Amino acid sequence: MAQRIDVKDLDVYYGTFHAVADVSMMIEARSVTALIGPSGCGKSTFLRTLNRMHEVIPGARVDGTVTVDGVDLYDPAVDPVAVRRQIGMVFQRPNPFPTMSIAENVLAGVRLNNRRISKSDAADLVETSLRGANLWKEVKDRLDRPGSSLSGGQQQRLCIARAIAVKPQILLMDEPASALDPISTLAIEDLIAELKNDYTIVIVTHNMQQAARVSDRTAFFNVAGTGEPGRLIEMDDTRTMFSTPSVQATEDYISGRFG
Amino acid sequence: MSTSDTPPVRQEDDDLQAARRPHRDTAGRVFAGLSTGAGTLILVVLAAVAAFLLLRAWPALTAGSEELAAISWIPDHGSIVRYVGPLVFGTLVAAVLALLMAVPVAVGIALFISHYAPRRLAASLGYVVDLLAAIPSVIYGLWGGLWLSRRLEGVWGWLADNLGFIPLFEGPAATPPRVMMTVGVVLAVMILPIITAVAREVFLQTPRLHEEAALALGATRWEMVRMAVLPFGRSGLISASMLGLGRALGETMAVLMILSPGLTYSFALLLAGRHQTIAANIALQFPEASPLGVSALIATGLALFVITLAVNMAARWVVARRKDFSGAN
Amino acid sequence: MTATTTSRPDARPSTRDLLTRPDTRRRVVDRLMAVVVTSAFLIALVPLVSVIWTVLGNGIERLSPYFLVVSMRGVFGGMDAGGIYHAIVGTLMVTGFATLISVPVGLLTAIYLVEYGRGRLARAVTFFVDVMTGIPSIVAGLFAYALFAIFFGPGVRFGVVGAVALSVLMTPVVVRSSEEMLRLVPNELREAAYALGVPKWLTIVKVVLRTAVGGIVTGVMLAIARVIGETAPLLITLGVIDSINYNLFEGRMMTLPVYVFRQYSQGLVPCAPEAADCIATINYDRAWAAALVLIAIVMLLNLGARLVARYFTPARGH
Repeated sequence: MAQRIDVKDLDVYYGTFHAVADVSMMIEARSVTALIGPSGCGKSTFLRTLNRMHEVIPGARVDGTVTVDGVDLYDPAVDPVAVRRQIGMVFQRPNPFPTMSIAENVLAGVRLNNRRISKSDAADLVETSLRGANLWKEVKDRLDRPGSSLSGGQQQRLCIARAIAVKPQILLMDEPASALDPISTLAIEDLIAELKNDYTIVIVTHNMQQAARVSDRTAFFNVAGTGEPGRLIEMDDTRTMFSTPSVQATEDYISGRFG
Repeated sequence: MSTSDTPPVRQEDDDLQAARRPHRDTAGRVFAGLSTGAGTLILVVLAAVAAFLLLRAWPALTAGSEELAAISWIPDHGSIVRYVGPLVFGTLVAAVLALLMAVPVAVGIALFISHYAPRRLAASLGYVVDLLAAIPSVIYGLWGGLWLSRRLEGVWGWLADNLGFIPLFEGPAATPPRVMMTVGVVLAVMILPIITAVAREVFLQTPRLHEEAALALGATRWEMVRMAVLPFGRSGLISASMLGLGRALGETMAVLMILSPGLTYSFALLLAGRHQTIAANIALQFPEASPLGVSALIATGLALFVITLAVNMAARWVVARRKDFSGAN
Repeated sequence: MTATTTSRPDARPSTRDLLTRPDTRRRVVDRLMAVVVTSAFLIALVPLVSVIWTVLGNGIERLSPYFLVVSMRGVFGGMDAGGIYHAIVGTLMVTGFATLISVPVGLLTAIYLVEYGRGRLARAVTFFVDVMTGIPSIVAGLFAYALFAIFFGPGVRFGVVGAVALSVLMTPVVVRSSEEMLRLVPNELREAAYALGVPKWLTIVKVVLRTAVGGIVTGVMLAIARVIGETAPLLITLGVIDSINYNLFEGRMMTLPVYVFRQYSQGLVPCAPEAADCIATINYDRAWAAALVLIAIVMLLNLGARLVARYFTPARGH
């Protein structure tokens, strides 16, 4: 069910501001693709265009195509709500719904489509999703406690469980571990390594080591200056990118000379 | 915020220095005393309101039924409690009716301003709704009595004819419709801006994180509102409604100018001469009342004071609790 | 359709179907709620437009310079005469006096809360200021009456009683808005003054108040706009009268809102068919015209408050 994403000549604008220019890339199915680059290079913006979340901001628009399984996400016939269901997202800061219990949080997305899900189906889905997010053992005895009672790392895994419960084809992660402590970060990274067997994963990260550890391919974004659009500088196998990048700027960034 | 006002400090540096030494202690202490005194005065006034009302109400509270019966507008064989009863009932009916009509509309308006209207328009739209609060209540009374009631006559008639089997809409609807239902509509309009203002603020504070979480799960805008905005704003909405309720309980003129009064425990909202509220009753009887009559009216005013005080304190308590809650997160 | 995929992954529809055929029910509900929410806003506009429209339409005819400069003295029946001069005088004097009481008390209380207030007293003041905002206006009127009746006996009715009633309603509003404005004054300003050796009270007077003056004036104007339309407390503390009274300390006084109510409650005039000088609706006409003047005053105060706020904001913003 995992699909690959084909991005062609993508430009993103916020009003008159040209945020991301001319990005083309192929994102492989059942793999982890890391997007790296300095702040303001447009990598998060680009990530959000992959499930049309950027449209939440008024005045945002896109030129170019993002094709999944032969369908352009920006085709007028495509419903952005359906896109976000098929392409899940995990955010920088864990954001479980504070008024819902752990189980309700997992089911939140599913209930949108299927109100009358039976009790046993729901329980099964909660268990498989939480197992999929490596959280089941920790929370199985307190599924009816509020999601906000968990630790930060657990909350983030709960959010991942919530995202995979709707069985998306692709998972987007926007710096999923940047607000977490090192141990929780490790748990998330292990989880990503397991999830890539079933999902196409795109992850934005500020952390070079993390990109090197979890990703199969890495794309480096850069920006020439403030007011300039961010651009894709190069993209390659992660091992190649971190050992012998073909562009000087990539090497400078990876070796910590700027950013 | 910046410091464009610092230059005045420098300019006046010299005379400040000069002014400071001789008066420093006395002036500073007097000023601190004055402002503390003003703060305390507020507490004293509130206590005085309660004390004076109680003092003035005392004669009526302790009067026998024969004495009270001498007041023309108090029914025979009545104690003051039996007189206040229907008034409290009428006050509550009017306020609850107004609340039931106002809250759904206010939530809609607040959502429209916070999540549906274009961002640039939101502030001006909010101001338009606030204008409703600026209109004096006597003008709502005039409007309700002379303009709105004539237009509602047909609607109430239809309600009584078609839904008359429900006790609330028992017919035949009074014409002109100087009835509770009309009062409820006007009061609802009056409390609408209060509820809307608070609800709007609360909805605007919904964390973006939660809104995006809902959208990223494939929620439509309305589903996002239901998953993230409404649960987050619930306690704020409760306290907003209570503030509106407090206002509706104490509203005088709109009721006085529209309602045809009566002292019964009736739920028939379309019949005239069934209900009266405490506030309107005071305004109606006060100008002609004897000293004992005034005392009886003040006793009813005391009841109103206690009810609104309780409602408002409850509302503030909910707000304060919510603050603690979000502060802890 | 999409719902079935959760239970039967093998029978998964194509990606195109998943992305282009959204759940109709959910889409309809979403659209429907957008319509409902938008119409809630439009519903709120109906009374606003209708109140302003009817007051304007019904009031403009009787409104004339004559109407503004004469009182109701000697006017009776359906006479085509009478005006609101006495009511304007009363409204200005009573509201003015209430402002004189409320602004110093309210402002000082706000200063206490922001600059001095710590601990239980401050918390109590904050809480009860909030509670006081909710006092029904008629109860404020009863309180003022009960207070003055102690000294002047029952049946007391003169300007100051009404002004006290209004200030009970006005003070908490002034406290709230001034407090908010004082809290907006950046702490660096205070510290800059302290660093120059300026004592606290002078810092407050010369720096803090001066910085916040625009916001405070706005707040006071809005508070005046709020109480200038109060009717019920004045009805029981000032009574009604047809002639001009310039003395706040003696005798009944008319005010604009009470005038509106008074004219409204006198209702239609029974005119003899042959009487040429008799207008049956004269009382309602006067009520509408006075309402128009009242609305105009309130709107001007609101507008003025906005202008003051706008005039002072750039000075603080840059």
